[in-house]
Amino acid sequence: MERDSYSHQNTEKELRVRKIKDGTVIDHITPGNALNVLKIVGITGKEGMIISIAMNVPSKKAGLKDVVKVENRELDPEQINRIALISPNATINIIRDYEVIAKDKVSLKDQIQDVIKCLNPNCITNGNEPVKSLFRIIQTNPIYIRCEYCDRIMEYDDIVKQF
Amino acid sequence: MDVLNFLGRHVISIKDFSREELDFILKVANQMERLYKEGSNLLKGKILATLFFEPSTRTRLSFVSAMYKLDGEVISLSNPEMSSIVKGENLTDTIATVQNYADAIVLRHKLEGSSKFMSEISRVPIINAGSGTKEHPTQAMLDLLTIQNEINGKIDGLKIAIAGDLKYGRTGRSLAYALSNYDVNLYFISPPLLRMQPEVVSDLQKLKVPVQESEDIMPFIKDLDVIYMTRIQKERFPDPAEYEKVKGTYRLSLDMLNDAKDELIIMHPLPRVEEIDYEIDKTKYAKYFKQTYYGVLLRMALLTLILKGDNFDLQ
Repeated sequence: MERDSYSHQNTEKELRVRKIKDGTVIDHITPGNALNVLKIVGITGKEGMIISIAMNVPSKKAGLKDVVKVENRELDPEQINRIALISPNATINIIRDYEVIAKDKVSLKDQIQDVIKCLNPNCITNGNEPVKSLFRIIQTNPIYIRCEYCDRIMEYDDIVKQF
Repeated sequence: MDVLNFLGRHVISIKDFSREELDFILKVANQMERLYKEGSNLLKGKILATLFFEPSTRTRLSFVSAMYKLDGEVISLSNPEMSSIVKGENLTDTIATVQNYADAIVLRHKLEGSSKFMSEISRVPIINAGSGTKEHPTQAMLDLLTIQNEINGKIDGLKIAIAGDLKYGRTGRSLAYALSNYDVNLYFISPPLLRMQPEVVSDLQKLKVPVQESEDIMPFIKDLDVIYMTRIQKERFPDPAEYEKVKGTYRLSLDMLNDAKDELIIMHPLPRVEEIDYEIDKTKYAKYFKQTYYGVLLRMALLTLILKGDNFDLQ
């Protein structure tokens, strides 16, 4: 495991959001999407832990980015990977004692269940039945998914506007 | 050809069937011709439930006929205002109940994906009789049978035009996917507003099926082996004037066939309204009514395969 002290970021003086001791940092979020990312992961803020959000900050890689830091919570990979639906380039850093002990890019498996609704009002998943939405991931970047029940295709805008 | 075992299999989408499986089903369907004429008790003691939440004449009667031809029984719920539904029962509960009354269920429901979901929860096979706007697997199979039987016993090498409402019509779409298993050239003929969904065209291209899209059938007519007409529904057009403009152009008339191949066949899933002139009915090209006969053979085959597996002998 690499020991990374955010060396790729700006100096301490220039950091808009301070380093956290323990928790999860979600970095390289598509600019403007931080709030959607929190929604998709299921964090409302009412849980009580400290959450820091920086939006539209400079990024060497992509010009601009959003960053979210959630203290004292190591988010579960299954929750985290949903972020790939709206921010395919996001990275997850698990922090312990100010050090990055794990760092991964978000990734999607072949299918995603229950996180988003099918846009087709005529889809069985939007009816009165005990069935969860289920999508096949056809392409990750740009995102292109297909409902396993009605074949409806959904892209980035269709997904983001649900949040 | 090996005998394949379809015991308990659901029939949800034509895309779930391989070339080998389709060829086998068509083979068994042809073997059903003798049973159709002579009678049979192959499915004696078996019960089929037909759940049609949307209207149907041909499909429902075809399944009923197929079942009776093989000495099976049918319980039909064909009234969409079924009392349990009016009382608020959902489809899941309906299937959970009906699976105790029948050995297989034929389902037509307006919600897309309804058959697929029901196949995940039902203990008995579900046969999709055309739910939503996308799938009609048994229609596609009987269409294949018609093509194969009416043109020299093979589908490979043919040039097939599918015309009319390709956007909302489930038969054209299902047939296109069915034909993608064979070595064919496809021509999609439709008004621009009713073009085949782009993802279907894209799927076909990925499968290396040559596809041409056009508004006009005439440039291709002399090369075609099959013309499959589908009905254009007025209600699909937001602007009635648009419909009036295209109405006349998607109509097959006898004079259009002057340069057609001798062996050309004309098909239609029915009901036919204006798309095919009545004067074509008596020509050698017209196969749309015989299609319904093949539909019974096909459904006899499918029901036997699903309810008996490989435990039957037609010799």
